[in-house]
Amino acid sequence: MAEDLKCRECGKAYSAQPAAMCEECFGPLEFNVDYSQLAGILTREKIAQRAKNMWRYRELLPITNVPAPGASIGFTPLVVANNLAKHWGVQELYIKNDAVNFPSLSFKDRVVSVAIAKAIDFGFKVVGCASTGNLANAVAAQAAACRLKTCILIPSDLEPAKITGTLIYGANLIAVTGNYDEVNRLCTQIAERYQWGFVNVNLRPYYAEGSKTYGFEILEQLGWKTPQHIIVPMAGGSLITKIQKAVQEFQKLGLIEQSPCRIYGAQAEGCAPIVNMVKQGLDRLRPVKPNTIAKSLAIGNPADGIYAARVMRQSGGTGESATDDEIVAGIRLLATTEGIFTETAGGVMIAAAEKLIRSGKIPPDESIVLSITGNGLKTQDAITGSVKITATIKPTFQDFQRTYEQGGEAWQ
Amino acid sequence: MAVAVLIPTVLRKHTAGKDQVAAQGASVREILRDLETQFRGFTQNLYAEDGDLKPFINIYVNEEDIRFLQDLDTPVQSNDTVTILPAIAGG
Repeated sequence: MAEDLKCRECGKAYSAQPAAMCEECFGPLEFNVDYSQLAGILTREKIAQRAKNMWRYRELLPITNVPAPGASIGFTPLVVANNLAKHWGVQELYIKNDAVNFPSLSFKDRVVSVAIAKAIDFGFKVVGCASTGNLANAVAAQAAACRLKTCILIPSDLEPAKITGTLIYGANLIAVTGNYDEVNRLCTQIAERYQWGFVNVNLRPYYAEGSKTYGFEILEQLGWKTPQHIIVPMAGGSLITKIQKAVQEFQKLGLIEQSPCRIYGAQAEGCAPIVNMVKQGLDRLRPVKPNTIAKSLAIGNPADGIYAARVMRQSGGTGESATDDEIVAGIRLLATTEGIFTETAGGVMIAAAEKLIRSGKIPPDESIVLSITGNGLKTQDAITGSVKITATIKPTFQDFQRTYEQGGEAWQ
Repeated sequence: MAVAVLIPTVLRKHTAGKDQVAAQGASVREILRDLETQFRGFTQNLYAEDGDLKPFINIYVNEEDIRFLQDLDTPVQSNDTVTILPAIAGG
């Protein structure tokens, strides 16, 4: 399998190497598979026989070896969301639930496993990233399992669970007093100086391909079918582009039929540069200063923003945003209807989906997939003020009975 | 006046490998013009067809992205540092 990188802008080809940017035109480099070798070889039957993890699609990934923790990553549940469907008055609703991805409870485990496989191939002893939290968790966990050292940079005001969930793996964690975009700039400068494998810098073309498995799984789990609508949260804008790429690759290989798939991107109103671009019909992305409780999406200068906007426009989808209150309501709605506790990014996506459905942009009789990419246990701070204990009582039956009788509707 | 400009790896082929150079000018646009004079070809691929910077290139005056300032017209003074960096992803 050719492991070549190619510039997305000018098409210049590069051999496999830790690099993310075209030397000629500065466009981003992307990994490309030679499909002609795979048609008729990678079949539904062949994939279906394989273990239920993301490596069942390995021919479509830029890897030669699966790293140590990789064997259990991916193939998360595609939940049939009947209760939420009823609530919204839609007929066919699914949730792709990466809140329970292994090992660190977000879709970032997928991208990191590919990046770490490449880091090992390239001989890096240190891996790192700039992160809003989930990526830090995933890099720290998998680097520990692969006996690699880490250099992980985060904004210092991240949720405590995401900080603890990085430190526990013995990571070198640098908290930076600035927003993600400032952390990212610093990370780029560090990556320029030290020969380390930064998953979102010099390993980015490989890392990003891991996101495709989220899309492949949706298509396979739907019975080798394309949903008519997919809603995706956006931070840097990479996942939404790779979901579209997953659909296109499966179509090219004949694994699914050609049918339209509208893709929608969701951002928090306090950090919606990509949604703004789409809604206002702009060609250029204007960066913003993030101000939202959805910290995992708080990237004001998303590197893949223009490509994410293109995916929405080309597919017939659009962008939608959510306020902080709507984000909290979205988290609670998903939890109380489907029993799935997602993080703030999931709340953004749920709130955006609700708007798209209520406004009629997504018709109620068509199939819809909601992308849950992270776990609510990591961002509990965002919702603790909005939920409360039913009652605190003495350990007597009398106290319980009084509470029950005064409880009213909640118990019915 | 002269300001320090930090050069990313991808542009060092124009600066004889130097990661930092001095340039003259009162705005980012003038700084880039001076860099082109000093190092022919330096800005050749920095600009998009509309005359604005390509979206894959970020320029900072001190710590701030010039898109939050006055874009290419952002004023610079001596002691300022201009940093040119590729855009990168994450999350």
